Order: sequence, then C-alpha cells, then structure tokens
Amino acid sequence: MLAMTPIISVSNLSKTYGSGFKALNGINLDIKRGEIFALLGPNGAGKTTLISIICGIANLSEGSVTVDGHDINRDYRAARSLIGLVPQELHTDSFETVWATVSFSRGLFGKPKNPAHIEKVLKDLSLWDKKDSKIITLSGGMKRRVMIAKALSHEPQILFLDEPTAGVDVELRKGMWEVVRTLQASGVTIILTTHYIEEAEEMADRIGVINKGEIILVEDKAGLMQKLGKKELKVHLQGRIDAIPASLAAYNLELCDDGHAVIYDYDTKGDRTGITSLLTDLRDAGIRISDLDTRQSSLEDIFVSLVRAP
Amino acid sequence: MNYRAIRAIYLFEMARTWRTLLQSIVSPVVSTSLYFVVFGAAIGSRITEVEGVSYGTFIVPGLVMLSVLTQSIANASFGIYFPKFVGTIYEILSAPISYYEIVIGYVGAAATKSIILGLIILATAALFVPLHILHPWWMLTFLVLTAVTFSLFGFIIGIWADGFEKLQMIPMLIVTPLTFLGGSFYSVNMLPSGWRTITLLNPVVYLISGFRWSFYEIADVSVALSLGMTLGFLAICMILVWWIFRTGYRLKN
Repeated sequence: MLAMTPIISVSNLSKTYGSGFKALNGINLDIKRGEIFALLGPNGAGKTTLISIICGIANLSEGSVTVDGHDINRDYRAARSLIGLVPQELHTDSFETVWATVSFSRGLFGKPKNPAHIEKVLKDLSLWDKKDSKIITLSGGMKRRVMIAKALSHEPQILFLDEPTAGVDVELRKGMWEVVRTLQASGVTIILTTHYIEEAEEMADRIGVINKGEIILVEDKAGLMQKLGKKELKVHLQGRIDAIPASLAAYNLELCDDGHAVIYDYDTKGDRTGITSLLTDLRDAGIRISDLDTRQSSLEDIFVSLVRAP
Repeated sequence: MNYRAIRAIYLFEMARTWRTLLQSIVSPVVSTSLYFVVFGAAIGSRITEVEGVSYGTFIVPGLVMLSVLTQSIANASFGIYFPKFVGTIYEILSAPISYYEIVIGYVGAAATKSIILGLIILATAALFVPLHILHPWWMLTFLVLTAVTFSLFGFIIGIWADGFEKLQMIPMLIVTPLTFLGGSFYSVNMLPSGWRTITLLNPVVYLISGFRWSFYEIADVSVALSLGMTLGFLAICMILVWWIFRTGYRLKN
C-alpha cells in the first residue's frame, strides 16, 4: 500500500513572481516511490522554479505540495529532511575543504555525525583523495560531484538533480548515470531535469514534459516512445536513382545517400504499415534492393514536436 | 529545535573568523590603538579631565562600543550576504530549519566574534591607561546586548543588500556618523544645549552612556533609559527579522 502512494504530490501549483510573470500554472504531478523521473522542457519552462518550490527555496503562490504525506509549508521540517537537492549552478564555498563542506550539510539537516557515511559518499563519487582539498582548487566536474555529495550527506529519500550533467564531459556523465542508478537501487527516488534528451532516454522510468509553466505530458518512457514514436524504414538500393518514380509518389519517399537509398516514414500503430506494398511497388518499378533498416524516432524528435505544437 | 543545524552554522561562521584572523581581529585592534595614540595621548594631553576621570580613560568605553557596533554589523551582514552572493544560501533555505534557528546561528556567531573583539580591545586599552570597571556584570550585559542587537541589525542589512555597495552604505553613511556623534570621544554635557537635545535623538548615545556608566558611574542619561533603549532597538530588529522570514523578503523570490 505504501508503495502505491506517491512520494511527492503536487496539486494545482501556481507561481507568480513579484514582477507579475507567471512561471508555473496549475501544475499537477505525482512522483512515484523509487522511480527516476525526468522533467524535460526548454529554457524558462519552469523546471527550476518547480524544484525550488518543492525544496523550500521559493514560496508557492497557489496550490499545495506534499512530500511523503508532509505538507511542505505546515510540516516543512519533515518534508525537507527527506530531500537532497543538487542545484543547477555550482554554488560552493570556495575556501572550505571538501570534507568540511559535506559534513556541514549533514549537520544542517540535523543528522548526527557519521564519518563512515561521509567517507562512503566521497568514495562513491571518486572524491575521497580530494577530501582535504579546498573547493576552489577543484575542477568543474569535481565541484559538481561535491554538490552531489552534499546532497547525499544526510541520506535523503528523494534526490533532485537540476541539470546534473550540464557542462560535464561524456565520460563523467556516464559515471554520474552510474551513481544515479546505484542510488535508485538503494531505494532513493530521483527527479532530474535535463536538456539532454539522451539522458532522459537513458535513465528515466517516466518522463514529464513542461513548457511555459504547464505540464503538457507525463508518461512512462516506453509508452511515450511507443505512443508518439514514428518509425523510419531505410531502403538501400543496389543501383542509384536520380528521382523517385511517379508510381511511388503516394509513399512520400525521401531520397538520400546520393540516390543510393530512400527513406519511408510509417506508424507502427497504424492498421497498415504499408511496408509490404512499398516493397512490391519498388520491385514493380524495377528498383532492386540491397538492404533494409528501421529506426525508432528518438525522444528528442518527440520532444521537439510536442513543444512546437501550438 | 534543530540544534545540530544551529551548531553547524555557528561553527561554520566561527571557522570563517579564524580563517581570516588578521582582518577579523588584528586590524580592529590596530585601529583602536591608533585612536588611543591620537585622541588619548595627543589631544588628551590638552584636556585634563572629563567628569572626574582622565580623558584617555574616559574614551575607553566609547572606543570599545565603536568597534563592537561596526564589527557586529560588518560580521553579520557579510555572513548572510555572502551565501546570497555566491548562491550557497540554497542549502540553508532547503534545510529542515526554522528561521530563528538560522538567525541564532548567524547572529550568534557574529555577536560572539564582536564580543571577543571588544574584550581584546579592552585589554589593549589597559596597556595605555589605568582601567577600573565598577560594574563588571553590567559592563558584560551592555556588551552582549549591543553585540546581539547590532548583529541582528547587520543581518537585516545583509538580507536587504543586493550588492556590495549597499552592504557598505548603511554602515558608512549612518552607523559611523552616529557612533562618532554618539559621545565616544566626549560627554554629551560638553555640548551646547541645542546640540545636546539633537544628540539625544541618536540611539548610540544611550548605548555608550550605559556602557560608560558600568565603568565609571558617569552617564549622560539614566542607566534605566540606556537599558530600555537598547532593549527597544533589539525588539525592533527582531520584529524586522521576523517579517523578513515570514514574507521571504529578498530570500525566497
């Protein structure tokens, strides 16, 4: 039963800034226990505002948020002690050591000292050999990991990662994904925002798309890809053609690879994919085929089409 | 009560003090010694006595207050402004702590630092002039009350300021003149009566007067009034801080 109740529940949340700008408009969102939830959206869509409100950094204008049943305003101590936050910007105390700043975070969240836990966190994030270094001497990627270590210092149940891999090189990004997966395996619920569609595609169980302050879609990743996913069939030709024969005009084919291949878009959920008749018609037109391959459209394609929709 | 969080903030702030020991402690001590040399020795030699004590001795409580006031404001305003400036304030705001716990941590550390500083300056003064403190407990009470009150005031400035210029503006333009005109270097009774009335509008007069009374039983205004004004100012600062956190002013929007 416990597993069924959402760990975070946002209802009718709106945020209007002092300037009158409405950053969030009637957000309803449930985060399931133990999942990795990716929040996708273009710049200025309201991702960071939403996270800031849930974590207590910004006040909400309307609506309510509960974290594991605790209202974030009335019962803020219980709600916040469950949450670890890694903000988008690298905010660090330059002159503190890694060990001191991570221990400070644990104290701030009211947890008793536990050097063994801090040691484990630093080792998991490959920061152990830097524990006595001042933060100012670290690289950007290391600072990012210090911020994750701070967020994990008090053993949170929920971890918010706001653009965790922005400006992080590919290798480090893969390493961070590994850390996130390990955390999920230990029972931590993870909410990440990202610009990188591949990150959501790689990591998330569910995906929410936010645009102009409104949640426009929340879906299982697989379901989302299937629901909106167009597939693409690429037909490689034995010879070369200059133009699509008129007899094939109905298929809306696209010529590519300098005339050595054609691309056909189809919908796997349609009654008929049209593949069989396409192949037949190609043969009838005297075109010989050397190979076929198909490709599922990526989340990026889906995302772009959603956000651009009027 | 999240005591661990208060402790974490307090120790973090105190660690900053030790890290910047030279600028935190040594420089105020040097500048106060300069005051003693200039006012105590050079000018003081031409003023024989003020209300029964030598001029050099007379200015000691005022000099201590001058440092405690300016340092309390500087410490506390910088202590809260800096996390806002570099962005680390996110962690304080997202932690399971109440606003008064945040205030106790920051203001407590700033006040501790200026109390230590005040005592060091007092010890330095003892090298220049003979000191006698008639009411040591009242002296400490005024010292602590002033340090806490002005640390709270500094905390408010630190939250209000959205640039380094504003951070300096109030201390430079308001607090320093008020302290210099508040009777640090003279007795209010030495002024012509018109100026004396105007001077009594300056809250710093009451702080210095009460503090000086605890040393020599010399006061410009009654001790009860001094204490009342100090507590009143403390109450105003507390109300302002309460309002800041209730509305999230300059913190949560």
